[in-house]
Amino acid sequence: MMQVLAPETEAQACEAIASARADKRTLEIVGGGTRSGLGRPVRADSVLSTQSLRGITLYEPAELVVSAWAGTPLREIETLLAGKQQILPFEPMDHRAIYGTQGEPTIGALAACNISGPRRVRSGAARDSLIGLRFVNGRGEAVKSGGRVMKNVTGLDLVKLSCGAHGTLGLLTEVTFKLSPAPRGSGTLIIEGLNDARAIAAMSMALGSPFELSAAAHIPSQKRTLLRIEQAPDSLAYRMEALTGLAKPFGPARRLSDSEAHEAWAGVRDVAPLANSKAPALWRISIAPSRAAAFVADMAAQNIAQDHYYDWGGGLIWLTSGLDAAKVETLQTAAAQAKGHAMLVRASQDARAQLHVFQPQPQAMMNLSGRVKASMDPDAILNPGRMYACQ
Amino acid sequence: MNEILFPTPDGAIMDRRDAILSELAAIASPGCLIVSEDERRAFETDAFTAYRRMPLAVVLPRTTEEVSALLAYCHRTGLKVVPRGAGTSLAGGAIPQEDSIVIGVSKLNKILDVNLPDRTIRVQAGVTNLSVSEAVSPDGFFYAPDPSSQLACTIAGNIAMNSGGAHCLKYGVTTNNVLGAKIVLITGEIIELGGEAFDAPGLDLLGLVIGSEGQLGIVTEATLRIVRAAEGARPVLFGFDSSEAAGACVAAIIGAGIVPVAMEFMDRPAIQICEAYAKAGYPLDVEAMLIIEVEGSDAEMEAELARIVDIARAHNVSVVRESRSAMETASIWKGRKSAFGATGRVADYICMDGTVPTGQLSYVLKRTSEIVASYGLRVANVFHAGDGNMHPLILYNVNDPADQAKAEAAGMDILRLCVEVGGCLTGEHGVGIEKRDLMRCQFNEIDLEQQMRVRAAFDPQWLLNPAKVFPLDGRLGANEIAA
Repeated sequence: MMQVLAPETEAQACEAIASARADKRTLEIVGGGTRSGLGRPVRADSVLSTQSLRGITLYEPAELVVSAWAGTPLREIETLLAGKQQILPFEPMDHRAIYGTQGEPTIGALAACNISGPRRVRSGAARDSLIGLRFVNGRGEAVKSGGRVMKNVTGLDLVKLSCGAHGTLGLLTEVTFKLSPAPRGSGTLIIEGLNDARAIAAMSMALGSPFELSAAAHIPSQKRTLLRIEQAPDSLAYRMEALTGLAKPFGPARRLSDSEAHEAWAGVRDVAPLANSKAPALWRISIAPSRAAAFVADMAAQNIAQDHYYDWGGGLIWLTSGLDAAKVETLQTAAAQAKGHAMLVRASQDARAQLHVFQPQPQAMMNLSGRVKASMDPDAILNPGRMYACQ
Repeated sequence: MNEILFPTPDGAIMDRRDAILSELAAIASPGCLIVSEDERRAFETDAFTAYRRMPLAVVLPRTTEEVSALLAYCHRTGLKVVPRGAGTSLAGGAIPQEDSIVIGVSKLNKILDVNLPDRTIRVQAGVTNLSVSEAVSPDGFFYAPDPSSQLACTIAGNIAMNSGGAHCLKYGVTTNNVLGAKIVLITGEIIELGGEAFDAPGLDLLGLVIGSEGQLGIVTEATLRIVRAAEGARPVLFGFDSSEAAGACVAAIIGAGIVPVAMEFMDRPAIQICEAYAKAGYPLDVEAMLIIEVEGSDAEMEAELARIVDIARAHNVSVVRESRSAMETASIWKGRKSAFGATGRVADYICMDGTVPTGQLSYVLKRTSEIVASYGLRVANVFHAGDGNMHPLILYNVNDPADQAKAEAAGMDILRLCVEVGGCLTGEHGVGIEKRDLMRCQFNEIDLEQQMRVRAAFDPQWLLNPAKVFPLDGRLGANEIAA
């Protein structure tokens, strides 16, 4: 049975990491365990859990800011915010559907893995809302960066650096997010029957309109293109009508009922269209929208892509494929040539250990990233190999 | 005397000036190397004009490859480099050292590609902030961060300082609006961070570089997000009998779920100064004024403004002036936008930039007045109220060293106060040299050491803009990166 360390305070977390370093023991960081398939598998000597680092430490509705210990269940925070009609702006994905995991997602994971969702096109990613951090580095030192105010350029931005580093630079202990008011109304238009290229053109048109779309997705298997506006009721009615007019060249648009829309966007957010796929690999590909359809067509022509859909107006492709090494390399090379990148989000543990889960980067970048990693975690004891085998 | 210290120039480097100039001449393309004293003088300071140092030479390269060759040379020979955009830093971020060269990006000034379907624009980093918006405004788009120096300041400088502006309450600051950057490391290596996509693979080194004040490398190209402009924008002007009431009104608006595109605050001295200059029709008998701007169609703006006015009335607003025309909109903004220039006509000033939690605004304003008065000086406050980013302008006489020392001391006291109430030293101007020695107010040694180790991972010899951001003592270099 592997040893599980569950510090209850930041000071205990410092001790745990400092003593692991002294003993040359590696640590795998876990939160709620709902995203356990994300990244390369880590073979560590002990598990370091945030489960006992819990509690909301600051909530100022009038300042649109919340802070919590990293292991605080996301549900607890969202419930608190809902009481004041506020939200985390970036609509974080819930990975339980694709991994079949149980348990409760934590607020810390949103920061550690930079977890966002459909509203990213309008409100930014988790990294854009994350304004403050406390973390324990690989030396066992508690470090603070950023703070509780949304405009802060004091010192190097270790907040952004740590966000999305998958726990390879430090154990996040406390996170502070900027909030937004909950939308006072939401409406979703659906256009049916578009091919990928036309759908992306429709989404680009809509996202480039003055009507401030909060999401745009296209699901080829359902032949549905979805456009969402979030505004106060009067404004919503006006903008839905204006957008319907703009969309005419792409075909008739109709408004989904609120319950249909809610289900549709939860599905887009949590990758429902591909969650039950039997394909051995599920990819998350970031790319400029105007290159997305051609990329997918190319992958389909080479018998690599099986099924797919688009979020972020085409800027995010979720795609399933086979897993042989040649195909994986072709796909990641093509993604890089299209100036994007592909992350292997779901695959067997063996596959994730052997393949590039994160898009390989040029050597100069890898060297630089390696030096940055060493500056935070000199003995590479935190989540060794989570992102890249060499780190 | 609390004058900001510069490191003692390295005599060995100073003695080699002639050799360095001829070596630079061999690297720089014709017309890009500035050596004469007269011409170098234009680069000896930035908008933090109380301090100046004459650099050994100035180079204004025309290509990324030239920047690379120059930095590789500096790396090889241990020569310090101060990167420069347009030199509009209010924190002394671009002030040289005598034993350094300046590398300016002003000749890297081309717009490379506009991509409306993807809502991005690729530029060389020496283009001005405003010219980015101008390149896309005919198509109805704009680049959101809008620092008040936007006519002159460059994207390279914006990236170095993570610049904000009046509209960042809704649209975010530089770091939220940059997708990719080409950066030259001190070794001369050219690296692409991020790219065209919404997010980047690997560690977020782009997020780290933005706001790093020219200490990690020189950015030569950037891919920026552009935003479709709203159908219309309209401000309302409110006058209040107390700063507290204005502050409470701001909190109530946000609390009601409204995030206006801008919420600007001016106190009585600032109103007087701006009105005298701009004749904007500001009320002269109020203690505080808010300019709040909303966006959308006419009907949407009407509805939003009506809600905002209701909230202001509940907070005893004494003057309400809604813009009814483009001319009136321009006039309301004219006073605010000319605030720094107008203040400069009245006196010399230093502009502080601390951010405080918005709930602390009233208290900090009151304490600011008390602090400045205790030094026998005057202060005018103009700032972004929605995000708590304060800009007290401390008025003094630059020709009186004692006055300057008092102004600087008052500024430092105000920044300490900002940190005490849960805020930070700088919201958008950067640390530069100005706030360097206050960093220990906001960060403890461990925090600073971690930042310095990360810095050293990029520039182990501390050659890039080395006198800035981190206190001069206790610096960590190559041997401590992974210690």
